[in-house]
Amino acid sequence: MTNTKNTSKNTTAAYEDQAVKGKPSAAEAVFGNIAKPMFSGKKATTPLKIALTALLLVVLFVLPIYLQGMGEALLLASLVGIGLYVILALGLNIVIGYAGMLDFGRMAFYAVGTYAAIILAIPLANLLGPSLEGLVFPVVMVGAGLVAAFVGWLLSLPVMRLRGDYLAIVTLGFGEIVRITLQNNPFDLTNGLLGLPKSGDFMPSPPFFEYLRDTVQWAIGNEFFFTVTRNVYWYYMVLIMLIIAIIVVRNQDNSRLGRSWAAMREDEVAASAMGVNITKAKTWAFVLGAFWGGIAGACFGFFLGGISPEPFSFLNSVIVLAIVVIGGMGSIPGVLVGGVLIMGFPELIRWFAMNHLGQAGGDIQSMVANFRNLFLGLLMVIMMAVRTEGLIPMKPKFYKLFGKAKSGKGDNSDASAATTGAAPKGGAGS
Amino acid sequence: MEFFVQLLIDGLTLGGMYALIALGFTLVYGILLMINFAHAEMFMTGGFIGYGVLNLLSNESTIATASDFFAPLSILQSTQPFFTTTALGFILMMLIVFGVAAVLTGLLGMTIERFAYRPLRNSPRLCALISALGMSLFLQNFVLLAVGHRMVFPTPEFLANLNAVPLFGSIRIAPIDLIIFVTCLVLLFTLDRFVSKSKLGKAMRATSQDKDAAGLMGININSVIALTFFIGPALGAVAGTFFGLKYGVVTFNMGLFPGIKAFTAAVLGGIGNLRGAMLGGFLIGVLEALASGYLSIAYRDVITFAILILILIFRPGGLLGESVVEKV
Repeated sequence: MTNTKNTSKNTTAAYEDQAVKGKPSAAEAVFGNIAKPMFSGKKATTPLKIALTALLLVVLFVLPIYLQGMGEALLLASLVGIGLYVILALGLNIVIGYAGMLDFGRMAFYAVGTYAAIILAIPLANLLGPSLEGLVFPVVMVGAGLVAAFVGWLLSLPVMRLRGDYLAIVTLGFGEIVRITLQNNPFDLTNGLLGLPKSGDFMPSPPFFEYLRDTVQWAIGNEFFFTVTRNVYWYYMVLIMLIIAIIVVRNQDNSRLGRSWAAMREDEVAASAMGVNITKAKTWAFVLGAFWGGIAGACFGFFLGGISPEPFSFLNSVIVLAIVVIGGMGSIPGVLVGGVLIMGFPELIRWFAMNHLGQAGGDIQSMVANFRNLFLGLLMVIMMAVRTEGLIPMKPKFYKLFGKAKSGKGDNSDASAATTGAAPKGGAGS
Repeated sequence: MEFFVQLLIDGLTLGGMYALIALGFTLVYGILLMINFAHAEMFMTGGFIGYGVLNLLSNESTIATASDFFAPLSILQSTQPFFTTTALGFILMMLIVFGVAAVLTGLLGMTIERFAYRPLRNSPRLCALISALGMSLFLQNFVLLAVGHRMVFPTPEFLANLNAVPLFGSIRIAPIDLIIFVTCLVLLFTLDRFVSKSKLGKAMRATSQDKDAAGLMGININSVIALTFFIGPALGAVAGTFFGLKYGVVTFNMGLFPGIKAFTAAVLGGIGNLRGAMLGGFLIGVLEALASGYLSIAYRDVITFAILILILIFRPGGLLGESVVEKV
């Protein structure tokens, strides 16, 4: 349609990758382009940005010590839930924000990851014995990620040719198929509605948990008492996984694959004419997006210590979608803000109601979830009409073949074109 | 054999409801090329409105326990015996119930189009889909908060006293099934005539072929689209009320599965094609009934989803639709 200018820029980038790629330094070879994205032309990170990020990290790492010390264990558990949803949303962001394909069935991969982790964990724990129990979780988490990625690959095979809106409905159907199948206990694997682990089986405990629980005990006066409880342990585990996910996803966006996603998102036909392998790009988007669903699922299963099919409803898929859409498709800060806003704000109201409103708090607590969904629906409608690109929009990327890469700020007409292009397009209509 | 025929009857009743919902999907898709995800909620809202009106007209305790605000409604108490026990009263009551549900839901559909979809008419198609999904979430939770999560449909005395109609052998049709089937056929036939013969129907077809050209020919595109968003939800509301009458209960999240099945029906028949949606509706209904009878009731919904995925992959044009060539 109108974004031919845009497309040519992106496709130039794909070309540039082959032609102008200089020798990578040793540091770049090891760390990829974490420090300095090679061709994205993003402004070098300013000291202010670094300071703010560091401050945020410090707050995030100290927060559980304060909360647990003051006995706010429930709020900590809510934070774990938020973190898991943000990881899920980061995975979805690859599919929607980068590759421009709408996925309404995110819970499918979350569910596959959770069940895969628990199903694998119990025999593995028996195999390794109690002395190596701690190894089970890391192994199983990677395994769950791979299983989910495999399922993502399987799903990508048939849906490759589907147009945008049909794809959304098919993924919705796939999500429901997974949930119903889990409920029906296929091959006696999932134990139906009763969930896993089956009675008699025990979940192995994660690495260092018991050691940390027994050694770390800080007390200040009578008010403050900190130990590493399950919630604290999983808070840190999820936080670390989240940070890893952010770094990896960010790098993928800046990689050659990320550029081919961007080209495909803006105009599939033009991208393929310029030599982007559409099949490969779509498959990788599905596989990598599903992988993070599996990782989050494994953490979820171990955090709860068991699972049933209930949490994997369509509604929760919509909530993950809303995090990405409202936060900003294709923008990692957007996803973080969206997650905190959509998952965190209602939890805060709920926590406030429980702690400070006594008996009335109980009623409020049950209403918060319904009101949240009501406003979420309304917010999605309003956002689409008023601010399609989300709260924190994706930064437009600028590529330059020769000379220094230009900052995004200078060129306003292009910036607006690129941000509106951030919304995924339905292929045939344009 | 008898089991098979019984399943077939069940499937055709179900299929009639799916066909009514599928028409809403297909009408909107034909004109705006958009999947109106909130259409499933029109079915649900219609069911709830139908429940409210029916309750008012036939349930004594509703008015007796109503607050002062509803005091003027006590006039209805005297008409209740007429409505619930006599044949004429029952027919009249059904007409009122379906009429009110259809008109109110139709108006709701128009309102949604005006505020949620019209601003997005020129934006990418997926934005409209996300907006529709948001609308669906909003409506579900609005009904949940305003009315309740599960409402038990009253069965009018007259309907409860009707005997099942014997067909042959030991096969019988429940009166409600017969009513649903006949009404669906009548509605489908009327709509088909309306779209192919009337002036407004012609305007709708013209708009679906080429919006801009239709506008140049003097057709008011906005009002044609508004009309589409009235007819679709109105038919959906009829299906929702039938659903409540047949299964005796309406829930706030009842729209999702029938909605997706109706969408499957629309795609199966060829989305954008009215007769295709009707055919698809009956086919999906019968397939679902047979699948739950012969294969597995637990995997009934999985089978429908699998059908949907298979059609979209192998024959995206559907049975009656033409194959669409992607243009650049």
